[in-house]
Amino acid sequence: MALLQLSGPELAWRVGDAVADSVDCWSDDALWVCPAAIAGVAGFLRQDGELDFQYLNAISAIDYIGHFELVYHLTSFRKGHKATIRARLAGRENLWAPSVYHLWRGADFQEREIWDLMGIRFEGHPNMKRIMLWEGFEGHPLRKDYL
Amino acid sequence: MINGPNIRTEPMTVNIGPQHPSTHGVFRLRVTFDGEEILQVEPIFGYLHRGTEKLAEERNYTQVVTLTDRLDYVSSMINNQAYCLAVEKLLGVEAPMRGKYLRTLAAELQRIAAHLMGIGFILQDLGTLGTPLMYCFRSRERILDLFEMLCGARITVSYMRPGGVFFDAPPDFWPALEQFLRDFDEEYKELGQLILENEIVMVRTRGVSYLPLEAAINGSVSGPVLRASGLGWDWRKVEPYDAYDLVEFDVPVPPYNPAGGDNYDRFWVRVQEIRQSVRIIRQCAAQIEPGPVRAAVPLVLRPEPGAEAYGRVEASKGELAFYLVSDGGISPYRCKIRSPSLLNLTVTEHLLVGWKLADMIVTLGSVDINMGEVDR
Repeated sequence: MALLQLSGPELAWRVGDAVADSVDCWSDDALWVCPAAIAGVAGFLRQDGELDFQYLNAISAIDYIGHFELVYHLTSFRKGHKATIRARLAGRENLWAPSVYHLWRGADFQEREIWDLMGIRFEGHPNMKRIMLWEGFEGHPLRKDYL
Repeated sequence: MINGPNIRTEPMTVNIGPQHPSTHGVFRLRVTFDGEEILQVEPIFGYLHRGTEKLAEERNYTQVVTLTDRLDYVSSMINNQAYCLAVEKLLGVEAPMRGKYLRTLAAELQRIAAHLMGIGFILQDLGTLGTPLMYCFRSRERILDLFEMLCGARITVSYMRPGGVFFDAPPDFWPALEQFLRDFDEEYKELGQLILENEIVMVRTRGVSYLPLEAAINGSVSGPVLRASGLGWDWRKVEPYDAYDLVEFDVPVPPYNPAGGDNYDRFWVRVQEIRQSVRIIRQCAAQIEPGPVRAAVPLVLRPEPGAEAYGRVEASKGELAFYLVSDGGISPYRCKIRSPSLLNLTVTEHLLVGWKLADMIVTLGSVDINMGEVDR
C-alpha cells in the first residue's frame, strides 16, 4: 500500500472549482493558493468526500528573503492519498495568514511556532503567543536576516 | 457541618515542572484543579529549545546528522535514519542493500530501547519505584552495548550517513546480537509476566484518559498513541523505506473502543511493538548479505538549487519527518523538523481535563514525550 501523491493540476481544478479566487499557481506535485484563501481551501480539503484530508502532517514556513512560503503537508487515511498545499506571502513586515486551528487542532503548536520563529501571525488562532521563546524576546530567529 | 449547601471548593492553579521528575524532562504544566479534579491544563515548553533548525542551516549536510542525535535522545538511530532518508531523497541517491539492512536493524534495536524506557517510566509513574524500570533498563543496556560495537557511541550515535551507514558492523557484532536476542526472549517473557497482567497496572490504567480516534486524528497525533486509539497506521507499512518492504511484521492495534484508547492501550501497544521489532531484527540478521554499506556520495553534498524533500519515518514516538529545502549550497537552506512528541502534546487537554491529579502523571507517561524533540 503506497500513498498516492495528488498532482498539482488535479488539486488546482478541484480547489479552483469549489473555492472562488483561491488558486495562485501549481507545479507537478504542489498547489499554491492565495494566502487570504487558506482557511477556505483547508475547509474544502477537509470536508470534501473525495479529498477527505483529515490529517495535517505538518505546517512549515520558509524564508525566501523576497517572500515567505507556508507549506501544508496533508494526508487522508481513508482515501490513502497525500497532498502539498503552499501559499506565498509577499514582503517581510506584518505578515499574516488565516489560521486553520479550528479545522485541525494539530495546527495549534505549529502556528504558534511559526509566529515565534518566523514572524508570521495567524488570524483566528485563539492563543497566538510565542511558544519556544519567551514573551518579550526580540525578533524571529529562523528568519534569514536574524544574525 | 462538613456537608451542606454552603460548602464550596475553590479552583486552585498549580505549576508542575519544569523541574519535576515525573514530567520526563523540562516540561511544565499549568493545571487548575477543583479538589483533585483537573479543570484546565496548559502545557508550557521551550526550556530545552536549542534552535536545531537554525543550527542545521549553518552546517553541511553530513554534519547535521550529529544534531539529529540530540532531538529524541533515547531514539537517536531513528532520527539519523529520518534525516538521511530526507537527504537521499533530495539528492536522488539510494543506500546499498547492506546499508539498508543495517539501518533497519539499528532502528529496530533503537525502537526496543525507546519503548522499554517508555514502558519502564509508566510503571515508575504508577509508583513501582525502581524494580520494573530496572528490568527494562537491563535489556536497554545490552542494546546500547551493541550500538557501541557498531559505532563507538551509546546515545549520540551518528551512525548513519546520507547514502548508508558510515561503517560496517564488526564481525563480533553478529554473535553478540544473536546472544542478545536469545537472552531478550527470556527477559521479555519475564517483563510481560511482571507488567501486562499486573493488577496495579490494570486498575490504574484501564478506563483512564480516553483518546477518541477522531480527536487523535484532528490533533495530528501519530505513533503508538494514534494506534492505541484504534487506527493501524504505521509509516513503515504505508511508505516502506530502507528494508521494511523486505521483512514481515504486524502493526499491533488494540480492539476498537468507540470511547478511544486509554492509558492501558497506549502501554499495551508499546509492549506488543517490541515483539514485532524483534521479528524484524531476526529477519534482517538472516537476510543481510555482504556488500558495500554506503553509496558513493561526495563528502560535501550539494543538492540541486530549489530541490525539496519531505523524508519521514515511523519513529518510536510517531511520524518524524525532515523537510529539507536546498539552495544549491553545502548546507540546507531550511531544515524543518516535524516532531511527533510536540504534536502528540496537542491532545494534552483532551487527555487530562476531568481526570484526577494522580492519573495525570501516568497519562503523561503513556503519551511518552521526549523534551529534546518537543523543544528541538
